[in-house]
Amino acid sequence: MAKESSFKNMTLTLLTITFVSSAVLAGVYELTKDSIEAVRIQKINRGISDVLPPFDNNPSDDVYKKYVDGDTVYVYPATKDGNSAGAAVQTFTNNGYGGKFVLLVGFLADGTINSINVISHSETPGLGDKINPKKSGFSLQFQGKNPETYKLAVRKEGGDVEAITASTISSKAFCDAVARAYRVYREDVMKQEARDGDTGATSNKETDNQ
Amino acid sequence: MEYILIIIAAVFVNNVVLAQFLGICPFLGVSGKVSTSAGMGGAVIFVLTLAAIVTYLIQHFILIPLQIEYMQTISFILVIAALVQMVEIILKKASPSLYQALGIFLPLITTNCAVLGIAILSIQKDYNLAQTAVFALANGVGFALALILFAGLREQLDLTSNVPKQMKGYPIALIVAGLLAMAFMGFGGIVK
Amino acid sequence: MKEKIQIIIKGIFAENPTFVLILGMCPTLATTSSAINGLSMGLATAFVLMLSNLTISLVAKLIPDKVRIPSYIVIIAAFVTVVDLLMAGYLPDIHATLGIFIPLIVVNCIVLARAESFASKNGAVDSIFDGLGIGLGFTLALTCLGFVRELLGDYSVFGHKLTSGDGMILFILAPGAFFALAYLMILFNIVKRKFVKK
Repeated sequence: MAKESSFKNMTLTLLTITFVSSAVLAGVYELTKDSIEAVRIQKINRGISDVLPPFDNNPSDDVYKKYVDGDTVYVYPATKDGNSAGAAVQTFTNNGYGGKFVLLVGFLADGTINSINVISHSETPGLGDKINPKKSGFSLQFQGKNPETYKLAVRKEGGDVEAITASTISSKAFCDAVARAYRVYREDVMKQEARDGDTGATSNKETDNQ
Repeated sequence: MEYILIIIAAVFVNNVVLAQFLGICPFLGVSGKVSTSAGMGGAVIFVLTLAAIVTYLIQHFILIPLQIEYMQTISFILVIAALVQMVEIILKKASPSLYQALGIFLPLITTNCAVLGIAILSIQKDYNLAQTAVFALANGVGFALALILFAGLREQLDLTSNVPKQMKGYPIALIVAGLLAMAFMGFGGIVK
Repeated sequence: MKEKIQIIIKGIFAENPTFVLILGMCPTLATTSSAINGLSMGLATAFVLMLSNLTISLVAKLIPDKVRIPSYIVIIAAFVTVVDLLMAGYLPDIHATLGIFIPLIVVNCIVLARAESFASKNGAVDSIFDGLGIGLGFTLALTCLGFVRELLGDYSVFGHKLTSGDGMILFILAPGAFFALAYLMILFNIVKRKFVKK
């Protein structure tokens, strides 16, 4: 049978249980911390190599963050033999059917889109989730296009992008996210590099690393 | 405008019960009568909003500064349990008849996943305090709305006797819930 | 030993948490858009259930009656966080899919209900077996539901596409979860009735 309840033993029991639980959790947290962090970095790196041609630096060391439209865009610059190999830009949109979704867009050094991957989304399965290259070819049409000449909007709105059937909202949001990535890449990375070239600066690492 | 979007999205488009499957237990268990459902809905709106605000403060002023975010689940559920206890005491004094009607379901708000779920979701969505409060309130309303609609449908269902024998009870209730969920999908295009 | 097996079988059939006790409906409906998701959610819950049942059966006698429920909840929350951290570290993909429903195991009525109605009154060994039985019953129900929804909604079995085409998307969406569960419940009841008659 359970014990009598008195204020003293109730407080004592709850305190003991909470204390022991916290101690156990702190232990497990310490144990799993490194692994969780490793998974996170590995996930980023794997994502970057999926959307960029081969590179030999560690892009997440040189990450450049820019706060736009209420959230952060991350630029992971890649280099090969010391030359710029483009960058992977983690971008977002708030206009998805299920709200926000996050993409990783790989740009070559001249701004051409190399490949696009979906990091997270809550679009409708079977409809909007076709933005995922695993589900349909929608995102493949961006490959090899340069947003200077390729209009990032759906056909209905006079752009060059073929929307997903029955998922215009998701398609428009996708364009919005890619356009945002390109804006940040062009303004902050390509122009910066051009300026570095003019003034004869050899290392662009410092400027990327602000 | 932003708040209106949050409200419409939470009440209709991403209805907490019918689209996110939070709080299904009381949804199926309590909603036999419209009046009981309304009382339960009211209690949940209150607890949900209060819980989301308090857990927001805990997350941002205790867990993050101390870097013990892994204590989130434990601390949140304790706060919710305490809040429910409080509501129970207040309700017992203020409205004994409602207290009787809600019976065993009031303590069950503690294990209503909608409450903990919304608290965690508003942290994950990076809402500020005002947005969290609006988001929680709207979700509470969405819960109450679904609960009351469903109770109304089930009251009608009890009046008809030609439900196939195998479907009586939970199966037919689930089918009705599914149809209701389909109806709510129609709201999908409202926000953007 | 026969007794223990009976406890397990009772958890899977006679007291199946999903089809008979109608507990833990939220994760049942929310995480079963595919068989694998249902299976992982079921196993995570079963794991928590065994650990919490064991711990609670050991400490139940030391806990004053009035703070019983809060104490159980803290114990359950601790195990849930352990599972959450372990999955984040070692099974990141599944962790990402199940998302918010892992911390929500805390408020899964099944876990607390078993703590209160079984573990607090029975010995440690029986409690583990009860946790295992109920946990497996839950896993079985979730996997079946996920299997059916994936099959109808995406024409796939455990992620392998059977034929091309989109499937009946409705079954992956919210309403399909309700419909699939309703019909599985009817099926379960018919099978159980036949079984009992024999």
